[in-house]
Amino acid sequence: MAGLAPRAVANGYRRERIAAYALLTLFLLYSLLPLYYLAVSATKTNTQLFSSFGLWFAEDLNLGANLRALFGHDDGVFLLWMRNSVVYALASGFGAAAICTAAGYALSKFRFPGRRVMYAAILGAVMVPNTALVIPLFLLFANLGITDTWGAVILPSVVFPLGVYLMKVYIDQAVPDELLDAARIDGASEAGIFASIVVRLAMPGIVTVLLLAFTTTWNNYFLPLVMLSSPELMPMTVGLAQWNALASAGSGGQALFSIVIAGALVGVLPVIAMFLLLQRFWQGGLATGSVK
Amino acid sequence: MAPGPRTDGATLTASARVAPARATRRRRLARVPLAPYLFCLPFVLAFLAMVIFPMGYAAWLSLFQERMVGGTIFVGLANYAFVIADPKFWRGIQNVLWFGMVQIPVMLSLALVLALILDSSLVRARGLFRAVFYMPYAVPTVIAALIWGYLYGPSYGPFTQLADAMGWSRPAFLTERGMLWSIGNIVTWEYTGYNMIILFAALQAVPRDLEEAASLDGAGPVAFALHIKLPLIVPALMLCAIFSIIGTFQLFNEPQILQSLAPQVIRTDYTPNVYAYSLAFTSIQYNLAAAVSFVLAAILAVVSYVFIRLTSRFGASF
Repeated sequence: MAGLAPRAVANGYRRERIAAYALLTLFLLYSLLPLYYLAVSATKTNTQLFSSFGLWFAEDLNLGANLRALFGHDDGVFLLWMRNSVVYALASGFGAAAICTAAGYALSKFRFPGRRVMYAAILGAVMVPNTALVIPLFLLFANLGITDTWGAVILPSVVFPLGVYLMKVYIDQAVPDELLDAARIDGASEAGIFASIVVRLAMPGIVTVLLLAFTTTWNNYFLPLVMLSSPELMPMTVGLAQWNALASAGSGGQALFSIVIAGALVGVLPVIAMFLLLQRFWQGGLATGSVK
Repeated sequence: MAPGPRTDGATLTASARVAPARATRRRRLARVPLAPYLFCLPFVLAFLAMVIFPMGYAAWLSLFQERMVGGTIFVGLANYAFVIADPKFWRGIQNVLWFGMVQIPVMLSLALVLALILDSSLVRARGLFRAVFYMPYAVPTVIAALIWGYLYGPSYGPFTQLADAMGWSRPAFLTERGMLWSIGNIVTWEYTGYNMIILFAALQAVPRDLEEAASLDGAGPVAFALHIKLPLIVPALMLCAIFSIIGTFQLFNEPQILQSLAPQVIRTDYTPNVYAYSLAFTSIQYNLAAAVSFVLAAILAVVSYVFIRLTSRFGASF
């Protein structure tokens, strides 16, 4: 947008500009501080964590040793947690993207009895926070005896009303009616039209929904915490929190601090990397959702 | 958001396109096509199974009590009466209310100012700032709470180390007085950038020629931001506020993680969700936990409704 701005605005207003940069810089430091602290701390041994200054490196770097300790602790259960996180997030991401795309397509391109009710229900459901459903879901799953399974984490995560809304709005713009009509006249089946035309044209929107659902599940804590009790089923978030609680409780668990910090670093990196690589899709999703 | 015009072809189904002789039947079939229902089916089934049914089940469960003697019995609204009279529940509500009244305005003002700056032509490297500000949102709340917990550390945290080195008194992050502020800081760190992106997107929709007109009229970037842009994005701001209110009432992860650092401060009734969690998993009182969830949802609905009514006077629309 810089090119569109009038020159006078770009060149004048020294005071305003200094104030703006000052505020941005302050907030930049604030945003980076915890991540910087995490990166620095991940290079320290347990003793160094307590003896050296927190915001600077200790005399020697022990990142490799910490990572080895992380992946070796408890028979390498951390690797299992990472795998679980990946499985849960991928399954929820692809599941949600598929379900939301189909429903969003129906809402966007068809007029059918019940459509308005469904649309209203989806807009209402966007307002219902996931956490509000966790306890009811647990009570139900406990009754059915399906807590402590992969499904107990994946199935609830696949329901993503915001994704349906985003797909509906996206398909409104991205898939022209004429193209669908032409395909129908050519004798294409509805399933074929969906698979070959709609999915292809709506791909950026689908990637956005997939990303949003993936990260939501990757970052989720309350649901898996409540649903799972076997350590080998837990995702990284729940496992790390458990180690952290052990470490904080003292009584010998303190040797875990450096491991927890290394684990936090490893747990954060995939989403940060994905976020930086696929920024366009994240911001696109939020933008569509808010501007309408 | 209004749907565009549909052509008749859109409602034809493949099976209805058989022979011209059956034209009248075809038209009747075409009026209620099967395809959209099939496309909606997976979502509708999942929604019913994972949202509606659990809520119904929890509602039903909240009407019963497990007794040591006599097993499970129907008690009507007794659990609700208990929750409404339960000081532990209200302590949690009080905490999230205080929290929301301070944290939400601070966070949204910050997000708004940052979005306005990044949308103005005052500064460069706007994409970089935007990306970094938004990054904390990608960090799992558990890990955010964990890192901040270490930063707050009363003996080894860098802030304590700094205070010791300077001879200042140590900051009291994890005490009774400081804890809500400390959690507020974590939530602000996590979500300011997220709200900023939503507001920024709304600002991008403000017509650019308005800026030129304003600058011709002698309005500087600050005046332009406050008098022209700000009123135009009030609806987006209200959307952010509603989502923040909802998130605040559901506060769970951050206090749950910090609990191990300060168990005397974050007790089982610290927030309503922490309380519901401890009811369900420490005391195994499922019926009561279900009732807490519903009373919380009801309070949240009332608060959101009041908020929408109050703010709709200022031109916000939902």
